[in-house]
Formats: sequence, structure tokens, C-alpha cells
Amino acid sequence: MIELVNVSKRFVQHVVLDGVSLQVQQGETLALLGPSGVGKSVLLKHIIALIKPDTGDVIVDGLHVPRLKRDELSELRSRIGYVFQNGALFDSMNVFENIRLGITNEDQYRDPDYCQQRVKECLRLVNLAADVAEKMPSELSGGMRKRVGIARAIAGRPRYLLYDEPTSGLDPVNADVIDSLIERLQQELGVTSVVVTHDVRGSFRVADRIALLWQAKIRAVGTAEEILASRDPAVQQFLERDLEMAVIQAESESSSSPQAPGPSPQGGVGGSG
Amino acid sequence: MTAPALTLDLLRLVSRWSLPAAVHAGRFSFFAVDLVRGLADWRIWVPRMFEQTNNLFYGSLFIVMLVAGFAGAVTSLQTGYQFTGQLPLYVAGGIIVQSMVLELGPVLTGLILAGRIGARYAAELGTMRVTEQIDALESLGRSPVTHLLLPRIVAGIVAIPALVMAANAFGITVGYVIAIGSLGLSYADFQTGAHYFFRPLDLYYSAIKSYAFAAAVTVIPCYIGYHTQQGAEGVGRATTQAVVSACVTILVLDTVLTKLILGSAQ
Repeated sequence: MIELVNVSKRFVQHVVLDGVSLQVQQGETLALLGPSGVGKSVLLKHIIALIKPDTGDVIVDGLHVPRLKRDELSELRSRIGYVFQNGALFDSMNVFENIRLGITNEDQYRDPDYCQQRVKECLRLVNLAADVAEKMPSELSGGMRKRVGIARAIAGRPRYLLYDEPTSGLDPVNADVIDSLIERLQQELGVTSVVVTHDVRGSFRVADRIALLWQAKIRAVGTAEEILASRDPAVQQFLERDLEMAVIQAESESSSSPQAPGPSPQGGVGGSG
Repeated sequence: MTAPALTLDLLRLVSRWSLPAAVHAGRFSFFAVDLVRGLADWRIWVPRMFEQTNNLFYGSLFIVMLVAGFAGAVTSLQTGYQFTGQLPLYVAGGIIVQSMVLELGPVLTGLILAGRIGARYAAELGTMRVTEQIDALESLGRSPVTHLLLPRIVAGIVAIPALVMAANAFGITVGYVIAIGSLGLSYADFQTGAHYFFRPLDLYYSAIKSYAFAAAVTVIPCYIGYHTQQGAEGVGRATTQAVVSACVTILVLDTVLTKLILGSAQ
């Protein structure tokens, strides 16, 4: 279980998180929604101690993350897969080496046969062909980079998966592919996931529960139905704005390419909500 | 201006300089402690270090030899210009050898490598920092110190002294060849001069300087690159800062080590 207890963080004068408390239950997928720049990624980075809180506590599997020693933190991180916003692939290594680095067990990492097999398996899990392993990150499209990032995050068989804006910068078709992938990994691997996103439609599809981060605080937490039924003006304002943008995007997609499968935002929300 | 206002301005000025200096001092101390701790994980950094050493040594060999060759040639020509007819010819042999070993070999190699290796390390690590590759490495439970920093720093400390020695030898050879042509120096004269002025301490001094410069050329750019912030502009700033800081440190170390080693031997 992941638990954030009264976490506060400020950068110089800018308060990013102000007493944020949140729980993610074992096996569930929680989507963390919020406008761009509100501090969602900062919150996610607290979970693996890439950023430490000014006050408050982060507890993962009963361990107090900010107080962990180097070795303990390293061990905890090997149980958590982190998917970075832009993939953060190591650009001097090919896809095989990138995914191999995700194998966090040192004995397995040094076993070439295991690595070959595991990299191939991870590529299959993210719907990529085995020959992608030989390519360099610069040869991949944006969607492929994100999928390789996910493959690297799952290579060490983590118990937790943290996704930082997995669909940002992708067209709706590729965003749907990534959303399906998150859903499928959740079912196949049974991991606990936190998905940071500002895509309402995608989050309603993949998440069991949704939390809205608004002005440095968690404004609402609940299932898709509960969020949709919320009377909170901030929640309503955020949902309306995002759905309006999705409608505009879908309309422009369908007018530019009539054959393209234009996703319906209402259908997306209704599908899981 | 009133006295309290002047005092306040002075305090502001002092704090503007001292605060960042204190932050750097603290951050550098933690960085140094992390490097020392990381040495224990030799199974991770040693294989990567061999790869870096190879790249660094062979990649820099041509430019180092080129600079050393020209330095030896110019030393030889200037010795001829200044001393012909005033001093015995064998003195030229001593001046060429001593100039290369004591100063030109280590310092010129250090400065060239501060540009070549320092810029590369700072830009590589800075780009990795701003594109979250270093965070990605940490998120996988792997240490950037053992995967990125130690292989680069130790590779420099292994390869740079070897490059300095090669530069010394090549510079002396070129200087000797030029002296034969322009001064009519014989090998016997050259050898006499070289032996007459040479002391074993000179070689130690050259080696100590080369190790100190190697540390400056690698540790400073790695530290600056590792702490890069603010995107592409930050990487550019870090690269420039790394090269300038490494060059200035080399010049300061040159002066300090000369005073400490040769000053005490006089």
C-alpha cells in the first residue's frame, strides 16, 4: 500500500503541495488528475524519493520513504516501476540495454539468457516487435518511446507502477493504445498503479479510483461515478474544461481525416463510469 | 549614503556571493562523500571505467600529441633565438626537456582536456539530468555515482597522466628534431644538456601535477553536469562553467603545486 500523510512541498516561494494525504490500496489503479503544472509529477516523485517532502510522510509497504537509508531505498525502488513523461530512455543505449537496465535483480541482470528472454517478453507485453530491441531511442516514435519506457519499468517485475503522464503528447489513437496497455498490465501483472494525467477520459477508463489535485491540495477522491456526481465547483470546472477540449480535439481529428476513428469523450467516460 | 544603508548594501553584497558559495561547498562535500562510498561497488563501475578509459585515451591522443608537438617545436625555436652564441649548445637540450616535463606537457594537456573531456562530461551529464535520465536510473534502484560518475572520473585519473607522459615524450622528441635542424644540435649535446639539468624529482612533479589536473578535469565537470538545471540553456551554461572552472583550477593547482614541491626542494 502507498500512503501519503500530510505531505507539503515548496520550491522557493511556490507552494506545490500543501498537506496532501492520499492512500492507494494494494492492487488498485488510482488516477491522479489535475491541470498542467499543479504538482502531480512532484507528488509522484515523492513516492520513490526522487523528491523528499518538506513536511509529512510517504509510506510504501510500511516503510517510511523519506527516512530510508541508501540501500533500503534502492531495494524499495527495485519494487517500483516508474514510467517517465518523456520516456527518459538512455539515449546512448539501444532499446535492449534500456530494458535490461530495468532488471533490478543483479544475478538476473548478469545472466544473458534471462535478459534476452525477459526483454523479449517485456516488448511483447507492450505490443512491440522483438526487432525493436536493436533500435536506438532516437529511431523510435513518441508512442514507441512511451511503450519502451513502460517495458523498462516492468522488466524488474515491480509490485507498483507509477505512470507520469503516459499519454501526454500522443494523438488520441496512440493515447488509447497506451490506456489499453495500462489496463492490460494491471490485469496481467496485478500491480498497484498510480497514473498521473490531465486526461479525464483516459483516467476514467483505466482507474479504479480518481483523485483530483487542485491548488496544491487533494480536492476530491472517489470512483468515476463519485467524481462525475461531485458538486464541488472545482471538480465540475475541471471535468467540463477537459471534456470540452476532448470534444474539440475529436472534432478536429474527424474533420482532418474522416476515416480516422474519432474517440467520443462521452463514450469514454460512460464506458467506465 | 548613510552609514547604516552602506552597511546593509555591503551585507547584501557579501551574502550574494557567500550564500551560493556555501551551497556549492555543502553540495560538493556530499558529492565527494558519495564518490568515496561508491568505490565499494567496484563490480559496477570497473567494467564501465575500462570503456570510458579507452574512449578518453584514444579519442584524445591525436589532439594531445599535436599540441605537445607544436609546444616542443616552439620551445626549441625560441631557445635557439634567445640563447644561440651566448650559452653552450647543450643547454638547449636541458631547456627543451625541462620545459616539456615541468610545465608545457602537464599544463597544455590539462587545458586541452579541460575543453575536450570537461565539456563532454558536463554536457553528457547535464543532458541526462534535464531529460530525467538520471532520475530514471535512480528510479530503477541504480546509483548514478557507480553507473555514471565513477567510471568517468576514474577513467580520467587513469588516462590523463598517461596522456601527459606521452605528450612529454613526443614534445621532447619534436623539440630535439627541430633543434637538430635549426641549431645544429647533436644527440650527444642534447643528452648532455638533458642529463645535466634533470632531477628525478622533476618526473615526480610532472606526474603529481598530471594526477591533480586529471582530478580537476573530471571531478569539476562531473559535479557541474550532475547538478544541471533548467533545460537546454542550463546544459549550455553548465558546459561553459565546467570548462572555465576546470581551466582556472588547473592554473591555480599549477601555481600551488610548484610552490609546494619545487619551492621546498630549492
